[in-house]
Amino acid sequence: MRPDQLLHPAQGGLYCPKGDFFIDPTRAVPRALITHGHSDHARAGHGHVLATRETLDLMAIRYGEKFAGATQAIAYGESVEIDGVRITAHPAGHVLGSAQFELSWRGCTIVASGDYKDARDPTCAMFAPVRCHVFISEATFGLPVFRHPDAAAETAKLMNSLHVFPERAHIVGAYSLGKAQRVMALLRAAGHSAPIYIHGALEKITAYYQTRGIPLGDIRLAKEAKKADFAGAVVIAPPTSITDIWSRKFPDPVTAFASGWMRVRARARQRGIELPLVISDHADWDGLTAAISATGCEEVWVTHGAEDALVHWAMTRQLRARPLHMVGYGEEENEGPPEEPPAPEATP
Amino acid sequence: MNRFAALLDRLAYESGRNAKIRLMADYFATTPDPERGIALAALTGALSFANAKPGLVRALIQERADPVLFAMSYDYVGDLSETVALMWPLPEGAAPPDHAPSLSDIVHGLETLPKRALPGQLADWLDGLDDTGRWALLKLITGALRVGASARLAKTAVASLGGIAPDEVELVWPGLAPPYLDLFAWVEGRAPRPENLDPAPFRPVMLSHAIEDSDFLALDPAAFTAEWKWDGIRIQAVAGVSPEGEKIVRLYSRTGEDISPAFPDLVEALDFEGAMDGELLVVREGRVQSFNVLQQRLNRKTVTAKMLRDYPAHMRAYDLLVEAGEDLRDQPFAARRARLAALIARTAASRLDLSPLVPFASWEALAAARADPASAGAGVDAEAVEGVMLKRADSLYLPGRPKGPWWKWKRDPHTVDAVLMYAQRGHGKRSSYYSDYTFGVWTQAEGVDTLVPVGKAYFGFTDEELLAIDKFVREATVNRFGPVREVLHEPDAGLVLEVAFEGLARSTRHRSGIAMRFPRIARLRWDKPPREADRLETLEKLLGPVG
Repeated sequence: MRPDQLLHPAQGGLYCPKGDFFIDPTRAVPRALITHGHSDHARAGHGHVLATRETLDLMAIRYGEKFAGATQAIAYGESVEIDGVRITAHPAGHVLGSAQFELSWRGCTIVASGDYKDARDPTCAMFAPVRCHVFISEATFGLPVFRHPDAAAETAKLMNSLHVFPERAHIVGAYSLGKAQRVMALLRAAGHSAPIYIHGALEKITAYYQTRGIPLGDIRLAKEAKKADFAGAVVIAPPTSITDIWSRKFPDPVTAFASGWMRVRARARQRGIELPLVISDHADWDGLTAAISATGCEEVWVTHGAEDALVHWAMTRQLRARPLHMVGYGEEENEGPPEEPPAPEATP
Repeated sequence: MNRFAALLDRLAYESGRNAKIRLMADYFATTPDPERGIALAALTGALSFANAKPGLVRALIQERADPVLFAMSYDYVGDLSETVALMWPLPEGAAPPDHAPSLSDIVHGLETLPKRALPGQLADWLDGLDDTGRWALLKLITGALRVGASARLAKTAVASLGGIAPDEVELVWPGLAPPYLDLFAWVEGRAPRPENLDPAPFRPVMLSHAIEDSDFLALDPAAFTAEWKWDGIRIQAVAGVSPEGEKIVRLYSRTGEDISPAFPDLVEALDFEGAMDGELLVVREGRVQSFNVLQQRLNRKTVTAKMLRDYPAHMRAYDLLVEAGEDLRDQPFAARRARLAALIARTAASRLDLSPLVPFASWEALAAARADPASAGAGVDAEAVEGVMLKRADSLYLPGRPKGPWWKWKRDPHTVDAVLMYAQRGHGKRSSYYSDYTFGVWTQAEGVDTLVPVGKAYFGFTDEELLAIDKFVREATVNRFGPVREVLHEPDAGLVLEVAFEGLARSTRHRSGIAMRFPRIARLRWDKPPREADRLETLEKLLGPVG
C-alpha cells in the first residue's frame, strides 16, 4: 500500500480516509485530532475532538466549554482505534499538552508531529522521536540560519538588561500559550524571584499551567499594579501589545520579544524591538534534521514553513521528501483580541 | 570577541543616548584590560579593517555549506555577513573549539597575518565564535561594521566609570593610544591623570544659548558685541610644536574629534601658533558658499584632489583661546578679540580671515541687520548667514554652555504647509506612537494634482500634539507597509502640517528633487484643508542656482 492511502493532504488539513478524520483541520469537520492548543491548529466547531487532556482544557479556556460536539482525551503512550486505524499519542515538546499522533494501519506507520521542538522545556513533556515509515514535519524554522541558542543564555541577556536598567520596565512579547509560561519558568530558573506582571490575555492560560503543577512563582496582573511597581520588573504580553498603546503605561520600557524569528536582525528591527530574545518553541534547523533522522523514516512530508530547504536536505540524505504546501498554519502570532488599552499615564 | 559583539548588537537596537552610555559603561566595568581598550578603539573608530572582500566570505561558506541551502538562506536574510554568521557550521564531526578568540587576538592577527593565511585563520575564528561574534567579525573585516554609538558617547561611558566629566577625557584623549591602560587606570582611581603631551591639544568649547524674545528685556545692548552666525561647522584650530621641533596643526570639531585628515588644504595653510575658534566654510571666488556646498566635504575620512579644488576649505575666526603658549581664556572677550584681529592682520594665510563685527546701537537696529544681512555688511556672503551671535564684551571663555555671556539669535526658519502622507512608529519611548512623519506638497503629474513627498520630520511637536497626531494616524490609516502607515491625504481630507526648515538642497535621491534641512513640525493646521497646502513650485523658488 501507499502511505497516502492512510493519510493525505486535503481541503482543510491532513485527512485519513480510513478513519474519516482530520488532523488539525483549518475548518470545522465532523471528526478531528488536535495536536496542540495554538489557534492555527486548534479551532472551534468540530463534531468530535480527540486530543490530550491539556489540549482539550486549553481549547475550553480559549473557546468556551462548548468548543466541540464531543471530546475524547488521550494520554501520552495511550492508543485508541478508529475504524481499524490505531492512533497513539506521543509528546511533541512544543507546549503543554502538545502531541504527535502515530497512525498505524496494515503495517504502515505515519507520525504527524504537529509543531514540535527537541529542546528542554520545563513547562511541557520532552519530545520523543517515534520510529515510523513516514514522518510529517513542520518547517517553521527550516533554514540553516535558524539555530536557536541555549534558552538559558538568552534569558541571561534579559537578566543582564534588568541589572543595567533597574528603573526600566522590561516588556517581553511572548505568545500567550506556551512561550509566555516558558519565559516565566526560564526566569525562575535563572534566579529571578520578583513578581512577574502579565497582560490580561495571559491570565487564564497561565493559571491553568499552575494548576497542572508547573511552578511559575509570583505572577500578577499588570493592570492591577501601580506604575512604580514596574521599575525593573518583567512584564509579559502578547506580541501585538508590546509596541502598541497598551505599553504606554510603563516607565521608559525596554521592548523585548521572545521568538525564534528574532534571530534575523531585520525582523527584530522591523518590529522596533530593543532586546531580541531568540527563544523558540519550534525545532531549529539542527533540531528538525536530527528529529527526522531519529525517526528512521523512509519518507518526510513537510507541512508548513520553509518547506523547500528541508525537502532539499532530506533528498541529499537519500530520503523521499515532499512539501505538502499546507496553508493556514504558522499564524499563532495573530492571536486573540487586544486588551482594552488603559488611559496613558504619561506621554514620552 | 563574543562579549564585544553582544555589546555592538545591543547598541544597534538601543535608541536612547543614556541607555547606550550605560551599556558601554557596563561593558567597560566588567571586561579586563587590554580587551576593553581594544574595544574602545573599535568604538571610537581608531580601528578599522577592510582585509576581506565579500567574495572571500562567500568562498568560505561555499566550502562549508550546501550551496542550495546557502542560496535559500541568503535570499531569506538578505545580508551576506549575517547569513554566513547565522548558518556557519562546524566541519562535520568536529567538536567546537574550547577557546573563543578575543577581540585582541583578532586585532593582533589581522595586523600581523600574511594575506594568504587569512582565509584559514578566518575559518578558525568563525569556528570559535558564537553567531553574534561571527557577525561582528565578518562586518569588521569587510569594513562594514557600523557602531551604533559615536566616539563621543564611548568616551562619555569611560568617563562615567569614575564620575569624570566627558570633557576631561576629551582633554587627555589625543595623547592616548590603544589599549588605553593609563586612561582606565585613571578613571578607576588607580593612577594619576595621564598627561596630555600633545603639542596641539583640544580645549573644551564655550557654547551659547538660543535667545528668546523675553530675554532681551534684561539685556543691555551696550554690554554686547554682535557677529554674524555663519552656517558652517564650528571648529577649533590648534597649532603647536612637538618636542622634536615639528609643527603640528589640528582641526577639532566642537566635541573634540580630530577632523584634520579631511581638511589638509586648511591645515597646511594655517601659520599661527595657538588655539583659535572659528567657522569652517567653503569659499569660492571670494564668496562663502552655502551649507549644502560645504556638505560635500563633511563626514569624509579622506579627500580627493578634485574635492580640494572644487570645495576649498576656509576658516573664519571669531575667538582666540591661546596665542604662542599664552592662555587667553581668562581674559575678556574684547581683549581676546583684539589679539585675534592683530593675529589675523599678520597672517599670510588667505584661507583664514576674521569674522566681522556687526555694529548696532539698539536691539531694533540689530533685528534689522539680522533680517537683511546683505545690506548690513555681510554683502555677497549674506546667504551663508543664519543669524547673529551676541557676546558680552566682558565674557571670559568658559567651557560648556554658561547662561548669560553668549547668545545665538537665529534667522526665522522657512515654513511650508505640507500634507501628512505616511507615519511610522518611533523608537524607544516612542515605540507605541506614530511619531515619524513623511509629508508632501502638491505638484502636477500628467495633468493631475498629486502630492509628492518632500521630507520627513520626527520632532517639533508637543506631547499633546503627538497624542493628537497618533490618534489621527490610527483613525485615518488607508494602507499598511510593515511599520509604516499610509494615511488619508486627499484634497478635502487629511492633516496639514506647518513644517519649519532651515534650507533646501537639490537631491537626486528624492522623488521631489529636493531635500530639506532640519525639518520639524511647527504647527498642526487642523483648520486647513489639504487642497490649500503649498505646491512644489513654491519650494523650488527657494532653491538657489545649481551648485
